Amino acid sequence: MFDLYSEILLDHYRLPRNKGRLEHPTVSVEGVNPLCGDDLTFDLEFEGDVLRKVRFIGKGCAISMASASMLTEMLEGKTTAEIEHWIQNFKEFIREGEAPDGVDMGDLTALSGISKLPVRVKCATLPWTTIEEGLQRYRGT
Amino acid sequence: MKTVEEIRKDFPILQVKVNGRPLVYLDSAASSQKPQQVLNAYCRFCESRYSNVHRGVHTLGENATSDYEAARQTVATFVNAPSTKGIIFTRGTTESINLVAQAYGRKFIKHGQAILLTPLEHHANLVPWQLVAKAVGAELRFWPLASDGSLDMEAGRKLLDSHVAMVAFTHVSNVLGTITPVREIVEMSHRVGAKVLVDGAQAAPHMAVDLTDLGADFYAFSGHKMLGPTGIGVLWGKPEVLDDMDPYMTGGEMIREVWLDHATWNDLPYKFEAGTPPITEAVSLAAAIRYLDDVSMQWIESHDRMLSSLAYEKLMQEPGVTVYGPSGERGGLVTFNVEGIHPHDVAALLDREGVAIRAGHHCAQPLMRWLGVQATARASFYLYNTAEEIDELVSAIRMAKKVLQLV
Repeated sequence: MFDLYSEILLDHYRLPRNKGRLEHPTVSVEGVNPLCGDDLTFDLEFEGDVLRKVRFIGKGCAISMASASMLTEMLEGKTTAEIEHWIQNFKEFIREGEAPDGVDMGDLTALSGISKLPVRVKCATLPWTTIEEGLQRYRGT
Repeated sequence: MKTVEEIRKDFPILQVKVNGRPLVYLDSAASSQKPQQVLNAYCRFCESRYSNVHRGVHTLGENATSDYEAARQTVATFVNAPSTKGIIFTRGTTESINLVAQAYGRKFIKHGQAILLTPLEHHANLVPWQLVAKAVGAELRFWPLASDGSLDMEAGRKLLDSHVAMVAFTHVSNVLGTITPVREIVEMSHRVGAKVLVDGAQAAPHMAVDLTDLGADFYAFSGHKMLGPTGIGVLWGKPEVLDDMDPYMTGGEMIREVWLDHATWNDLPYKFEAGTPPITEAVSLAAAIRYLDDVSMQWIESHDRMLSSLAYEKLMQEPGVTVYGPSGERGGLVTFNVEGIHPHDVAALLDREGVAIRAGHHCAQPLMRWLGVQATARASFYLYNTAEEIDELVSAIRMAKKVLQLV
């Protein structure tokens, strides 16, 4: 049986990477899961096309917080096109339960069994849909 | 008199293993499991007596109609309703409350009047009233809670003036287990001329409910929380109040005569049962009630309370666990949080041990805000649960703490 609470996931939950706020974010974006009340805010600092810094704060379950922590590690330093590509990769990964061909999901592999747990899929995807909105907002500005 | 062991044998699902462990089902407040007797009633009705009701003059039509109407009588007797005229079959508590909000509220609650609710309400007894208040220009008032989550009776009394047209509140809180003093509130409300609706979703399955004694104008409950199937619920309404209301949904069955440009309404209760009703579900609900009667509601009430106070005590003693709601008289459930573990994770980690509980805001977001939490975990009990299962709950919580390395 897939173990939701793997060591990697618990490590991100207990010691979240990039937790906190930025003083001068280019974009701040909040995501809420109305079903459970999980709530996340990302501060994004862009330099031209590159996401230089990302910080987050939030309240939620181990899955959503670990997913947010992993996301920040994955996306910091990437271009907007690369970020978009990663969002698509992640969506496919969560839907199918396995990584798209040739893609190394890194620590996110810890979420591979979530696809079989419909009630927890929203926990894992909340940070990603939030960041997607942040990206759209940045492009709109 | 059946023992818990005998009762457990009637519920096939209790033999199921979850993650290799025997199932400990502590989520009956969300939906109860069904005994073989109810499953059999469902199948036998479909196999030998099923047809649409109130239409066919063939044998099956007559059989189905008599079983459906007998189910109505069974429900009326179960809650000691003065007659079957006020027993309306709906899809569930939510539909029952919406029916009253729309068919009574929009017609009789006037601009400048008030609807009095409590912060304990499930969304189903809150949002329909928000819509009515907005539509007619009425004010929403909220009966304050005391610090333990019971109703502050003195503070409520001050809000109950002649402007109040409707008082709607839950009989038992699905989050805190608070039992509200229905009869007292009904008397206070009627004195100022207000009508009263009681949400009995968490009460009717767990205690003997006597509608004649309680005296409320409307009482709503669901079948699936009391061993019956989903898709069936009951609205009790005083016939003289129901008579003045217009139909909620319109179509077949609820009419008397229809012309191209107008129609007249059928008698109660059919006026509020448009279309083909949940026939098999009603017949199965009657089988569920027979099962409950056989065990006896008095036994169920004391059994659920015994489990609830046992769980309350054991969880209170558990380090890092916060328990919510009144410590004294309470319904058959305990709501709690484990420090350092989000309730969703608590529920998921308990599931690994085969223990099924609910986690989330329980469709009572304003109450979560009142408690100052995002969500909670809830263990709820019914006639098939045992004291040993409370120990399983506690040891599963200890396991969860271990997994998250909190101990």
